[in-house]
Amino acid sequence: MLADTWFGLIGLMLVFYVVTDGFDLGVGILTLFRRKSTDRDVMVETIGHVWDANETWLVVLGGALFGAFPTAYALLMEHLYLPVMALIAGLIMRGAAIEFRHSVDHGPLWDKVFGIGSLIAALSQGVVLGKVITGLAPGGAAIAFVVVTAIGVVAGYCLLGATYLVKKTSGAVEQWARRMSLLSAMCTVSAAALLTLATWFSSEVGHVRWSHPAVMHVLIALGIGSAAAFAFIMASLYLGSSRGPFRASVALFVLSFAGLAISVFPDFIPGKLGILQAASDAPTLTFMLIGIGLVFPVMIGYNLYQYHIFRGKLAGSAHAGE
Amino acid sequence: MLDHVLDLSRAQFAMTAIFHILWPILTISLSAFLVLVEVLWIRTGDVAYYRHARFWSKLLVLNFAVGVVSGIPMEFQFGTNWAGFSQFSGQFIGNILGFEGAMAFMLEAGFIGVMLLGWGRVSRGVHLFATSMVALGSSISAFWIMVANSWMQTPAGYSIVDGKIVVTDFLAAIFNPDMVWGVSHMWVAAIETGMFVIAGISAWNLFRRRHPEFFVRSFRLALTVLVFIAPLQIWLGDSSGVSVFETQPAKGAAIEGHWTTNAPGTGASWSLLAWPDQKAQRNDWSLEVPGMLSVLGTHTLHGQVKGLKDFKRDDQPPAIPLLYYAFRVMAGIGFAFMLLAFWTAYALRKTRGSIEALLAQRKLLLAWVFAIPLPYVAVEAGWIVREVGRQPWVVYGLQRTRDAVSTIPASSVSLSIAMFLAFYVVLLITFFVLARRWLRAGPDVNIMPPATLPGRTAQAKAPTVTGY
Ligand code: HDD
Ligand code: HEM
Ligand code: HEM
Repeated sequence: MLADTWFGLIGLMLVFYVVTDGFDLGVGILTLFRRKSTDRDVMVETIGHVWDANETWLVVLGGALFGAFPTAYALLMEHLYLPVMALIAGLIMRGAAIEFRHSVDHGPLWDKVFGIGSLIAALSQGVVLGKVITGLAPGGAAIAFVVVTAIGVVAGYCLLGATYLVKKTSGAVEQWARRMSLLSAMCTVSAAALLTLATWFSSEVGHVRWSHPAVMHVLIALGIGSAAAFAFIMASLYLGSSRGPFRASVALFVLSFAGLAISVFPDFIPGKLGILQAASDAPTLTFMLIGIGLVFPVMIGYNLYQYHIFRGKLAGSAHAGE
Repeated sequence: MLDHVLDLSRAQFAMTAIFHILWPILTISLSAFLVLVEVLWIRTGDVAYYRHARFWSKLLVLNFAVGVVSGIPMEFQFGTNWAGFSQFSGQFIGNILGFEGAMAFMLEAGFIGVMLLGWGRVSRGVHLFATSMVALGSSISAFWIMVANSWMQTPAGYSIVDGKIVVTDFLAAIFNPDMVWGVSHMWVAAIETGMFVIAGISAWNLFRRRHPEFFVRSFRLALTVLVFIAPLQIWLGDSSGVSVFETQPAKGAAIEGHWTTNAPGTGASWSLLAWPDQKAQRNDWSLEVPGMLSVLGTHTLHGQVKGLKDFKRDDQPPAIPLLYYAFRVMAGIGFAFMLLAFWTAYALRKTRGSIEALLAQRKLLLAWVFAIPLPYVAVEAGWIVREVGRQPWVVYGLQRTRDAVSTIPASSVSLSIAMFLAFYVVLLITFFVLARRWLRAGPDVNIMPPATLPGRTAQAKAPTVTGY
């Protein structure tokens, strides 16, 4: 019960991380495709006040996983040494560049570092995800699967980033972001469909877990929800709504994530490590629940406050989206 | 092969930790300093304090960025390189790192945006609150990470089940014997570092006669804090030392080059300077003060101080000369700091507050400039004493470092070491280039506080501030 609660909490942290850092990594990747440096300034400015807090969800997540499921943390980190190091490299490049580029009349170099760092971080997260779903299996099929998850994560983050830009900018950048939203929505959904089919036909998860009728029903409901979210993204882009696309993209992410969590549920790493087997003992989990669970709403509160202070489209700055 | 991975992982951990700690110590103290000047601004209404807040916060941004990006590898390294350690002690260490993330890092990150970009969007009071939360967050982070580290030095409140730690008493584990000394000595080290950086940069500007009315304020503030904190730090260091002799006698003996246990009824002699030789298990040469070590190490005349020879070679820390001299460097710097602070306070008192008289003290001002790197040296030396002195254990007395390491290919670790090295070089160079620009540009002594909006709400139309 306690272990399941922590599985849920960690899943929630992961959702927060993926959605929030997802959109700012996405904005970072998208800067690679904008030639005008003033446009890139606008794009980076939309995330200037929140990127650090967003990334901190990863740090919170790492600590919580380490404390609640030490065995899973050790196993994952040890086996994913290179992708984790690549992730760290991407985060270092991006974090340094976003602060350093503010401090100077910067050339395009820091912008490149920022964009490439964001791309590396997203790709390595995709690799980690793929490796976890395939249960760290070696072999060609697993590699192909991992390649598709990596592409899928990049496309998904671009979708979040582009729809966030639709919400925060105006003028040329906004128009461009609308087109990018469309494009990345298609890519994301194709990757997701491909992965679903692959899981169904060729993996342990597909054969065993999905054949439970209860699981299947929930998955079908989630699938319908995702399709609705996708339709909503398209419609709201077409209708020119500025907030709708981002909200619907977040919904799409949350629904797909729920599907994933249900698919791996009794195991932390499919076929490798069950939740209970991976968990700390009950007193530790309780103690952590008091220390972290109680702080959780507070964290969300001041994060929302920060978004609230900087809400609305960027305006008044010298070159907002002209 | 594993030995190779062990050495590489140790080298990597040492490198990343030595690099990481350079930044948080300034974040902790500079953010506290910003709280101080913002409070003074609100209390006195003197706009000079507002200008100080704006000026020093630019240094904080630069420093914070490197602190955050260098902290992320630390957190994941426990798992990537020390899987054995993570499985063994994750129930406690992981738990504490989770607390640190949730209570400290998020607090810092959640308010730093408001602190840096929120001028004009929030009222003065809310801004001060944001700054205070950043300062509080960074100090809480120091607290929790030192709790984790001090538990590795003096584990408590646990039992071992199936070869893993199970915490039986959380309070005992958090308030382990070393915790109070570890946390306080570290936190004061951070404050001391920041005050020396602020005073040193101010002294440099005074030396060059640039904006003397501006910099004399920050110089005075920092000096006032240091007059109290420099002696406090020596006392805390001394107390840490006594605690080390009690809880980790092998480390104590190593940092003092002490080989043979003193006979009952006699005091152990203290070597002021020596060259410890681990092969021969004695000092090659040594300048000794009879009886002194018992006084220093146990605060009694004839207290027993165990010598290194009483420990099996396998239980002795490595690199004894490194430990021995790192300790002396740290303590020497501690005393030099107190001297400099007292001397300057005395000299200033004589000048009765005249700026001209202070500016005439050219050599004294230069001494402050040259002191800027010293707190960093002391901090690194202190950490070397602490971490190398804990060897061969990763959790003292419970798990050996060689049992803590992950089974990973050596080539992967070499690759990541090379990567970190490259990043650190670039980060350091960039930091210094940008810090130099900041220093040259100097403070904006004409900037006025933005018209603040009533209450907590900001307009969507408020001008966005780029470039802090
Ligand atoms: C400005 C920095 C600074 C200064 C001036 C001093 N120290 Fe220190 N010292 C540290 C910064 C530091 C540190 C970096 O903060 C350490 C490493 C980890 C820790 O908890 O504190 C430390 C550790 C440390 C330890 C090791 C504790 C352990 O291994 O568990 C001892 C015995 C001392 N110190 C003793 C002293 C003495 C006797 C000093 C002065 C006379 C002194 N320190 C000045
Ligand atoms: C930031 C300041 C720190 C510095 C400069 C530092 C320095 C070092 C050094 C030099 C080593 C290598 C020792 C050796 O192998 O001979 C080391 C090892 C290690 N330290 Fe620290 N350390 C710091 C903080 C911490 C903290 C806060 C923790 C725990 C929460 C920690 C945990 C470890 C671990 C797990 C190892 C690896 C195993 C070992 O070699 O013992 N360190 N550190
Ligand atoms: C070896 C153990 C350590 C680990 C695992 C670690 C972990 C981290 C991480 C993950 C961050 C980034 C947080 C963010 O994303 O906002 C960070 C930053 C920070 N760390 Fe460490 N850290 C270690 C040692 C220390 C020590 C010894 C101190 C202080 C005494 C310290 C104080 C801080 C502070 C104040 C920050 C915030 C911002 C800044 O660095 O400027 N850390 N650390």
